[in-house]
Amino acid sequence: MSQDTQTAASFQLKSASVSLTALELYHFDPDDFEATLRDKISQAPGFFRDIPLIISLDKYEGPNAELDFFKLIGSCRRHGIQVVGVRGGDDDQRRLARNAALALLPGGGRRDSNRNAQSEDDNGDESAAANETVTESPAAAEPAPVESGKPAKIINQPVRSGQQICAPDGDLVILAPVQAGAEVLAAGNIHVYGPLRGRALAGIHGATEARVFCQSLEAELVSIAGHYKISEDLQENGWKSPVQLQLKDEVLVATPLDKA
Amino acid sequence: MARIIVVTSGKGGVGKTTTSASISTGLARRGHKTVVIDFDVGLRNLDLIMNCERRVVYDFVNVIQGDATLNQALIRDKRVESLYILPASQTREKEALTKDGVEAVINELSETFDYIVCDSPAGIEHGAQMALYYADEAIVVTNPEVSSVRDSDRILGILQSKSRRAEMGQDPVKEHLLLTRYDPIRVEKGEMLSVGDVEEILAIPLLGVIPESQVVLNASNQGTPVILEDESDAGQAYDDAVARLLGEEREHRFMTAQKKGFFARMFKG
Repeated sequence: MSQDTQTAASFQLKSASVSLTALELYHFDPDDFEATLRDKISQAPGFFRDIPLIISLDKYEGPNAELDFFKLIGSCRRHGIQVVGVRGGDDDQRRLARNAALALLPGGGRRDSNRNAQSEDDNGDESAAANETVTESPAAAEPAPVESGKPAKIINQPVRSGQQICAPDGDLVILAPVQAGAEVLAAGNIHVYGPLRGRALAGIHGATEARVFCQSLEAELVSIAGHYKISEDLQENGWKSPVQLQLKDEVLVATPLDKA
Repeated sequence: MARIIVVTSGKGGVGKTTTSASISTGLARRGHKTVVIDFDVGLRNLDLIMNCERRVVYDFVNVIQGDATLNQALIRDKRVESLYILPASQTREKEALTKDGVEAVINELSETFDYIVCDSPAGIEHGAQMALYYADEAIVVTNPEVSSVRDSDRILGILQSKSRRAEMGQDPVKEHLLLTRYDPIRVEKGEMLSVGDVEEILAIPLLGVIPESQVVLNASNQGTPVILEDESDAGQAYDDAVARLLGEEREHRFMTAQKKGFFARMFKG
């Protein structure tokens, strides 16, 4: 991508994709909250220092009257955590959040259901990257201290031309072909137990240790953490055979599975 | 309840309308009350292939918009009993096919018919999506060449994600592969994809292989569904496909090049 050096403007707006930690709030009691937070932080003090946090209200079940964002923010700030916004919630909850000067982000529940339905999206990776401005802490990037061991997303049907499947929080396992013109994306690894004929993008949040495994490499494009190779460049090694692809010194390398 | 079958392909010119005509004729010939609907608004062809274009008074869009009743619009086939044709409109916009309107017509037809065959237009736009939306089964017509296979793959994806069955979370649409214009001699020369290649790529069950044949073109020009040409290999292949659609086991034919015998060569068999 070329930068326009002629512009005199003092800034430029760009779309950015950032991984944030979400705090899934079920109910709010200031003392309870403080105690639980202290407990969590004591498990991994380094991880929480100065991190930005969003409050997810999708699963909030307590009364709105108890939802005191000022106390919540104060609690977090005492522990060095910056609350930047809320996700989801009803109109009342979002009004309370706005009064506390928090940013409002679209609900996680809705986005999840969109993603589960196999989206008929032609816009390929741009749209995928743009959609993923907020995601829960990626298991692949950090040794997640809070919740870990979320099972991989499993797809049993062929991924057809024009379809896009995304596993934004972890690994993606496909027990069928990924057809030419299809696209599969994952924050972690991608396993295709069939021919990989379409595009596969692993480590979409930047996990450079992510890998792509497939029964037969016939892909249009493979990318790991933004480092990609197109079909032409993939043909030299392991083409139409079972391989794994990984980054070695920032170069995408294919290794036959029986030599791994 | 009628079984609703969409004949679709994504790509144009692969033989959807020829297939719709033959499959519906074949089903009716076996005693099932069948209606075939032309969804190709603005480019209607089915009535030509079924040789009823001179009897079209009202069409599908007229019924949807309430200008005519179904009975007024349905054309009864003159050759095969219990076969009816619902022609497309040649003059309306394809947006005239509304989801609710199509549903109302299909529901009404379901009450009296055993099979509803929907002849889809080419492409993946509104008309094609309307044709496949209510389907229980899909016959995906594919030619043995890469672009047709790719488009079939695309339409299979749409069947899985945008049909009523997909949206309602019901059992998926049952998919059948029908390979048309198959020329075993060109396959042997490596100029065409083989049945195995296409099956391997699309990964859906094979309903039949229709050999490339001059008879298909002649039959279309005369307004006869090719399945009625009982002597021809293409006609027999369609009959096999209909039998398989109804659950019969039939061995696949016309997939290898016929070696012409000495006498056949002598007399130009």
